[in-house]
Amino acid sequence: MSLAGHYSYWVTIFLMVAGLYIVIARGNLVKKLIGLGIFQTSVYLLYIAPGKLIGGTAPILDASFSTYSNPLPHVLILTAIVVGVATLALGLAIVVRIREAYDSIEEDEILEKDRAGEEDR
Amino acid sequence: MIAENLPALQVVVPLLAAPLMVLLRRGSFAWLLATLVSWTAFAIALALAFKVREAGPISYAMGSWPPPWGIEYRVDALNSFVLVLITFVASVVAPYARASVAAELPRDQHYLFFTMFSLCLAGLLGITITGDAFNLFVFLEISSLSTYVLVALGRNRRALLAAYQYLVLGTIGATFYIIGVGMLYLMTGTLNLADLALRLHEVHEMRPILAALAFITVGLGLKIALFPLHFWLPNAYAYAPSAISSFIAASATKVSVYVLLRFYFLVFGMPLVFGRLPMAQILIALSVLAVVSASLVAVFQRDLKRMFAYSSVAQIGYITLGAGLANEAGLTGAVVHLFNHGITKGAIFMLLGGVSLRLGSTSLERVAGLGKTMPLTSFGIVLGGMSLIGIPGTAGFISKWYLVLGAIEHGYWWLAALIVASSLIALVYVWRFVEMAYFRAPEPGAAALGEAPTSMLVPAWIMVAGCIYFGLDTGYTVDGAHRAAQVLLGLVR
Repeated sequence: MSLAGHYSYWVTIFLMVAGLYIVIARGNLVKKLIGLGIFQTSVYLLYIAPGKLIGGTAPILDASFSTYSNPLPHVLILTAIVVGVATLALGLAIVVRIREAYDSIEEDEILEKDRAGEEDR
Repeated sequence: MIAENLPALQVVVPLLAAPLMVLLRRGSFAWLLATLVSWTAFAIALALAFKVREAGPISYAMGSWPPPWGIEYRVDALNSFVLVLITFVASVVAPYARASVAAELPRDQHYLFFTMFSLCLAGLLGITITGDAFNLFVFLEISSLSTYVLVALGRNRRALLAAYQYLVLGTIGATFYIIGVGMLYLMTGTLNLADLALRLHEVHEMRPILAALAFITVGLGLKIALFPLHFWLPNAYAYAPSAISSFIAASATKVSVYVLLRFYFLVFGMPLVFGRLPMAQILIALSVLAVVSASLVAVFQRDLKRMFAYSSVAQIGYITLGAGLANEAGLTGAVVHLFNHGITKGAIFMLLGGVSLRLGSTSLERVAGLGKTMPLTSFGIVLGGMSLIGIPGTAGFISKWYLVLGAIEHGYWWLAALIVASSLIALVYVWRFVEMAYFRAPEPGAAALGEAPTSMLVPAWIMVAGCIYFGLDTGYTVDGAHRAAQVLLGLVR
């Protein structure tokens, strides 16, 4: 159990933190969604990687296979991927509507326009 | 046959209604179906609550796969109480939504509104009824995604930004939750909540379990709008269509609180959460901050919907406060406040929907003289406000009573005093409405607008009547909440 032996976790943590950082630090609404996508993707890796055994096969009950990888994480993550796709699609659809309504997808410009329109609320 | 499949039908009925509405594309049909579905779901929830009371917890194996391998739906005294709350609110909001949606949305979006409403209902019911941690995540996302769509349907363009912010923060919350669940799965190899609770004892001391607890707390905290993770809430409530403001204010955050209670008390267990970790202190500190700061911010709002949205953040603080107290009285207070605050806020937002329909706005300046122009609506808001303050004879008083008892049981006299003192801040913001509505002359021409449509006023007043009724007769609510508290503390199964 060395640092290198845990490399899949390092990749997971890097993706997780990078995604979250993009969501927080970027003002562009599409870039934020990309960050969100990366953040969600890191979770796929968190689930999938520990399920795999080196030399493991799918759990087929046969005399020639003895080591099995855990198939359940794959099933879970297939569902999570669907959720991620739906979230991204909905997020982008809302950004399209924001672009139509505000003529911008930069967060600070939109907030500026909202403040300017405070009176005509 | 139907009786034994009730736990599945609770979720499946609204879930199947949604695609039917999309296929038929008729606004009035969709409304009728959504109403019928809500009422059916309410009947099922009542039947389940009755069965649980008679015969103890129900375990339902989805697709006949026995737990812990298959997905288990589990109904006990705690979640049957939450199911009744959600379905009750839905079956009052659905009839209300017809006139409200007709006024606020273009005709071709009506059927989509009710589709999303049914999906949201299915998601919330699924979160509540399921006994599987991953299944819970899927339902969490079903309800959240449909809520983002519903918020984005608001008339004001700010609704879009509110929906976007809610989507980003809600997704981060759900992802944090699923990271926590992933760690639990890695350590125990199971996703069934009851099974998790058993196996966690073996690996209690290991760090991934503590990390999982942290991730789940923060993730659910975002969904609950637990202070300081509440930034999405005021805008989402303020700019969503009126029917949705009242529906999500009454149900969505409450369901997430329920999930937090379930994880703290029934999965991680009190020895870990409150014994080894200082979660009680953290929860109480955050709740006190939520109650005080959000109430103060509410006082300075110029828009009634935003004012009551901030008040929601404060009221959620009372619920998590009861969770942090972690004794029988405190938990009874927390669970009964789930219900009481649900119907109180539902009532207020439904009445505000009528205000925004007639006046075109809910800003405080525009409601001058509302007591004369819309007497029933403004009197209802005042009664709801009294329940928020916790005046004896209203539902809000009952929950605060138990919270104070819970605080005193710990010897936290300062906390009991603070609960009472913070109610006075609620008095200030409710008074701001009373002053505008009853002591100012209405704007010229406002009198001609008249009351909100009957189809909106009657459901709203059913909720208002609930605020008073459950303040006088606590047989159902306190009894149910007390049983739920006993389940949480492991005194009964």
